[in-house]
Amino acid sequence: MDFDLSEDQRLLQDSLTKLLADKYKFEDRKRYLKSATYWSQEMWEAYADLGLLGLPFAEEDGGFGAGPVEVMLMAEAMGSAITLEPWLATVVMGGGFIRHGASAAQRAAMVPQIVAGKLKLAFGYTEPQSRHDLHDVATTAKKDGAGWVLEGRKGVVLHGDVADHIIVTARTGGARRDKSGIGVFLVPANAKGVTRRGYPTTDGLRGAEITLDHVSLPAEALLGDAGNGLALVDRVMDETIAALAGEALGAMDALQKLTLDYLKTRKQFGRPIGTFQSLQHRAAEMMVSLEEARSMAMLAAMMAGEADALERRRQMSAVKVQIGRSGKFIGQSAIQLHGGIAMTMEYLGGHYFKRLTTIDTMFGDADHHLTQLMAMGGLNQAA
Amino acid sequence: MDLRFTDDERAFRQEVRDWIDANLPADTRERLAAGRTPTKEMQLNWQKKLNAKGWCVPHWPAEWGGRSDWSAIKRFILLEELQGTPAPIPLGFNCNMLGPVLIAFGTEEQKKFFLPKLANLDLWFCQGFSEPGAGSDLASLKTRAVREGDHYIVNGQKTWTTLAQYADWIFLLVRTNPEATKQQEGISFLVVEMNTPGITVRPIITIDGAHEVNEVFFDDVKVPVANLVGTEHRGWDCAKFLLSNERTGQARVGASKDRMRRLKLIAQNAPGGERPMIEDSRFRERLVEVEVQLKALEMTTMRVLADENRQLSERKPNPASSVLKIRGTEIQQSISDLYVMAAGPYGMVGADPDGDRWNEPELAPEWATLAQPTYFNWRKQTIYGGSTEIQKNIMAKAFLGL
Repeated sequence: MDFDLSEDQRLLQDSLTKLLADKYKFEDRKRYLKSATYWSQEMWEAYADLGLLGLPFAEEDGGFGAGPVEVMLMAEAMGSAITLEPWLATVVMGGGFIRHGASAAQRAAMVPQIVAGKLKLAFGYTEPQSRHDLHDVATTAKKDGAGWVLEGRKGVVLHGDVADHIIVTARTGGARRDKSGIGVFLVPANAKGVTRRGYPTTDGLRGAEITLDHVSLPAEALLGDAGNGLALVDRVMDETIAALAGEALGAMDALQKLTLDYLKTRKQFGRPIGTFQSLQHRAAEMMVSLEEARSMAMLAAMMAGEADALERRRQMSAVKVQIGRSGKFIGQSAIQLHGGIAMTMEYLGGHYFKRLTTIDTMFGDADHHLTQLMAMGGLNQAA
Repeated sequence: MDLRFTDDERAFRQEVRDWIDANLPADTRERLAAGRTPTKEMQLNWQKKLNAKGWCVPHWPAEWGGRSDWSAIKRFILLEELQGTPAPIPLGFNCNMLGPVLIAFGTEEQKKFFLPKLANLDLWFCQGFSEPGAGSDLASLKTRAVREGDHYIVNGQKTWTTLAQYADWIFLLVRTNPEATKQQEGISFLVVEMNTPGITVRPIITIDGAHEVNEVFFDDVKVPVANLVGTEHRGWDCAKFLLSNERTGQARVGASKDRMRRLKLIAQNAPGGERPMIEDSRFRERLVEVEVQLKALEMTTMRVLADENRQLSERKPNPASSVLKIRGTEIQQSISDLYVMAAGPYGMVGADPDGDRWNEPELAPEWATLAQPTYFNWRKQTIYGGSTEIQKNIMAKAFLGL
């Protein structure tokens, strides 16, 4: 058992932390939000220069062969700066499908492009009726000669407005809520019949509604198995939850520090408000919650590559429950301890709170994963 | 970063498990599995076996029977297996409290006389810290020790003294200098034989009906000066040292995991309306929620252990250690609450205290009759050893800089 980082991991962490400290101050972030893409192309290129866009890809495909620990460290640093770029969508989610579902030829064509920052991906799985259920898929994929025709709509697609390819789930057979009969397809954003409407999400990131109107795709657009795509989706989602746990940890940690600074400097009744016991105890509870989240983010990094799918799903649902619970408690407490100032757009604190709220919502909130965990019989077997 | 146990550690866990299976008496195992505490004889018998095996005080220096070749992780595995069987764990007063204090502060004679007897439970110690007027504010204690020649004369009262009825000796905080400017500076640490004239033990029966704690009265009790541990008036140093030791055991992860495993099995059979209790969605939700909390606690324990495994000079205070007492005790209380829910109306049938047999023939299974008493008793966990509120005060100062 060893919780220490390797020298390489430490260097990687340092380089991104330095870059963000230098180029991703709150004022910078406000500026990036007003740019044409609503995030920073300059930073995207800087991530590419640091190698962050190629981290999890295999070396033979042109990546750096890094594991879930490296991904967690990157996500944590990005969480502490609440970065806006499509890293999670492209590298972790989209990249996950390419790594686990694409053919060697597809990987050879796409991975170097992703690594260079020239290709962006997104994953569309939510539909208007589906809430958090990944298997609730009304979008259809019908066989058309050797290829496929897709019909349907995907919603709240993270960075779907800028992606060059959108990966979607579509039903190849069975009824709307069946767990089998789901395929995963790689859809070029410029394919005929694809329309998209981009919009800001509440945390300042970007979402898109994607309509698929009789979109014809070649046979190789299908990633993996035509009828058993859900296993692939689960695998990628679990890696995504692990990365998201890192990002949430970074945001919680930064918000906790911001709150402590405020408690030490803000004065009322003639003394710093951090000298009042009721506020101290709430701050201590925030710290307990933060350390629980840190422990579970580490568990996530350890379990993201677990081969036993059921065991991995169990642990990742537990992680998502904890991240959701901790994020909500720390976010709400931070605002309460600050008072009105943290309710303003002009203050950094509220932006962490908003990101932590969307992190809980994404890929199933804490209650959803608690229900999932219940259905799997809980974390541990009975004696 | 690799959070898995090594092959060596896994092999050691198996070795411990096999040894416990081969050596733990069946009646002890059954009694603990039902949720009761061991009898005095069970504790004595088991601790002597553990000590003979060399597994009682691995955290002590090798010259006093410790295993300096063991990592903190190995010690944790042993503790987790004992808690998880469950088997009695070495008496905390002897092995985790007084022993380390004597090793750090005791004279050579004290070490030679006491340490082997502490490990082997030849002497059973109890703890005389709290007083009626000194709970969370421990340093305000009033029990007085006045030096007269080669003796201290002790007068005063201690309370919440756990298992004083079994104890041969007591370790004690007393006020030796009431004039000290800071109240922490006038306190001394004594060890006293319980059969000394002038000591009276009076039981306190807690709301679960158990006799676990006591009041101990000192009326002109003569204590040889040789029984002073450390420096006179500097007993607070010993007390602080004692309270900071071995935090990973406080979380009782192994015990909670065992209780949860048993609860899941119980809930598969316990009636919950049309279906067994385990299928009651509200109950199940609470159960799984506690499982998640317990997992986070387990991982946090591992982080603190990895820290304890470092050289002393490389250690930093780890805020994760504060989580252990606060969440560990809350989780134990939540589990006891789940047992009450699982038991339902037959949980109102009282558990028979030892020797009494009002549940024969059986009205309700033993676990069900113990559910409410355990729930009542475990309210203590967030109170003793520094209440949750005191822990938060400590965190605010030590880690948050408030």
